[in-house]
Amino acid sequence: MNKLSSRTRQALTAPFSVWMAIFVLVPIGLVVYYALTDATGGFTLSNLASIWEYRSTYLVSIELALVATVICLIMAYPLAYSISRMKAHSQSTMVLLVMLPMWMNFLIRTYAWMTILEDTGLINTFIKSVLSLVGYEFEGFSMINTNGAIVLGMVYNFLPYMILPIYTVLTKIDHSIIEAARDLGANGFHIFTKVLLPQSIPGIISGITMVFVPAVSTFVISKLLGGGMTYLIGDVIENYFLGNTGEVNYNVGAALSLVLMILILISSGIMNHFDKDVEPDGGAKK
Amino acid sequence: MKKALSFIITAVMILSLSVCAFAEEKVTLNVYNWGEYIDQEVIELFEAEYPDITVNYTTYDSNESMYSKMISGAASYDVVIPSDYMVSKLINEDLIYELDFDNIPNYRYIGEAYKNQAHDPENKYSVPYLWGTVVVMYNSAYVDEADVENQSLDLLWNEKYAGKILMFDNPRDAFCLALLKLGYSMNSETHSEWDEAAVLLSEQKPLVQAYVMDAIFDKMESEEAWIAPYYAGDAYYIADGNPNIKYYIPSEGTNMFMDSMCILNTSEHKTEAELFINFMCDPEISRMNAEAVGYSTPNTETLKMLDEELIGNDILYPSTEFLIENTDVFKNLSQSTQILQSNLWTSLKIEESAESSALDWIDIFCIGIVAIGITSAVYFGIRSKKRKKLWKS
Repeated sequence: MNKLSSRTRQALTAPFSVWMAIFVLVPIGLVVYYALTDATGGFTLSNLASIWEYRSTYLVSIELALVATVICLIMAYPLAYSISRMKAHSQSTMVLLVMLPMWMNFLIRTYAWMTILEDTGLINTFIKSVLSLVGYEFEGFSMINTNGAIVLGMVYNFLPYMILPIYTVLTKIDHSIIEAARDLGANGFHIFTKVLLPQSIPGIISGITMVFVPAVSTFVISKLLGGGMTYLIGDVIENYFLGNTGEVNYNVGAALSLVLMILILISSGIMNHFDKDVEPDGGAKK
Repeated sequence: MKKALSFIITAVMILSLSVCAFAEEKVTLNVYNWGEYIDQEVIELFEAEYPDITVNYTTYDSNESMYSKMISGAASYDVVIPSDYMVSKLINEDLIYELDFDNIPNYRYIGEAYKNQAHDPENKYSVPYLWGTVVVMYNSAYVDEADVENQSLDLLWNEKYAGKILMFDNPRDAFCLALLKLGYSMNSETHSEWDEAAVLLSEQKPLVQAYVMDAIFDKMESEEAWIAPYYAGDAYYIADGNPNIKYYIPSEGTNMFMDSMCILNTSEHKTEAELFINFMCDPEISRMNAEAVGYSTPNTETLKMLDEELIGNDILYPSTEFLIENTDVFKNLSQSTQILQSNLWTSLKIEESAESSALDWIDIFCIGIVAIGITSAVYFGIRSKKRKKLWKS
């Protein structure tokens, strides 16, 4: 293929640049503008200062999102690996199965978890009826309206975003490299740590980002599965914009979002640092 | 192939454009109402009666979310049906039209007692749709008769039912109950009274199963929760689905609300919107709505036709004397009280719950996941060893 002249390249990227400008740059600009102004439009830092009140909320949100991300990673990696080692035909079936839940609306799926986890829900009713057969009275687990339920909701909803990028990098690994490692006497553990893991880091990193970012900013999951008992930072932001608490305040809401964005930027910066440790050919640096 | 594809795409685009152009000839009326607050058939009947008008019906679950959606300009609405204090807020902020009552002849059916309310003293801006009170619901299969004998709000703070109590996820209603329990006015402008109410609510938090709005329907009917405060019409509806559920008007008094139809002054179809309001006041239509949602109607003609079961229910239709003595209507709070309410509510929601049972089972969950991880690692390990053996042999 001929190299594109710079003008053609510009012309081709123009639609995307315009899109990005309108739907990414302008909104971010607005967030920054609102965060740094008061209701009358004058410059102020008081919105940012008022964020100190919400430090515990940030911490809880980050904590729950981290737990969810780690669980996703632990569950997704073996699954992605086993999918990548299947025959081409079964691979596409498995990928389809991973994507299948995403065909249904996110809200409906989360509502479904409510009926599963409730005290009178599917799990508890089942366990109770089984135990009552052997004559044992069981009170049931209290699962809904806890932080655990929120984490579960995050894991369930965002797991595919972890599986798919890891699967993609794993399929690209030449199987002969693994065979070569085996020939050279590496055992399963060494193959994993020295060959597979270093080569799959880019996938892991994009998986972590794609799970952590929506998890840390969610507000629907905490409302439905957490029963409004735990406020995540997404809930606070939502309230400031929608005025559910009786006060609409775009400025504080924007300041909260800005801080969240900065936190996410910092963490992806740290993660990209790990990514750079991997050389382009996939081998780890000495 | 490519040509065929581009042909199809062009055809689809032209078709959709022409559909848009066609649709524009019809007037679309955007009606924004509370969730579960209309007989859906009414909309079809309206569209059948006025074939030139299409109704785009959407719902909200609190006055506040309606207000913010409205002022954000993200969507334009013609008819909205907010409660009393929100109507007065809309009037104060000059967001709704004065109605032309010549277009709403059915207004004559609205009972005199419901006209000229405090939120719209000369009744220029709004037409009452339905009204109701806040009641306490309980499941008589689980709640002792002795605990409900005095018909008090104390039931919502009863430690015996910890984890089975639901609460409003809406500061105005939640604070109203706390203020009433303390014996203060629900429209209090005294900030120390609000602080006391906030303390009361945070004492209640460990007993609360969840803060919910529309989810109350499912949770009460399935007996997931046993006690909840909610709006009388919905309580009637829920009790209809589960006969164990009973409800009462708290002896401390309660909030009486009236939801009224208004037309936003951003509306370009004021006449059509008035047609819609008029249609909703038609005695037969009004009967359909009142029977479908269970709230109380202000329509005098409808009252005569109403199902005996509804009209005979003295919680839904209490006597006027009872209402005057035991209920109060929300007034629009001052700006400073609104901000105080918002701050108190947010700190209530972000404070760490004293009893966090979360960690117990999150630990179990994590251990389970780690176990799955280890098992799969062992599995893969064994498999690769087997392969190695095969390779060697």
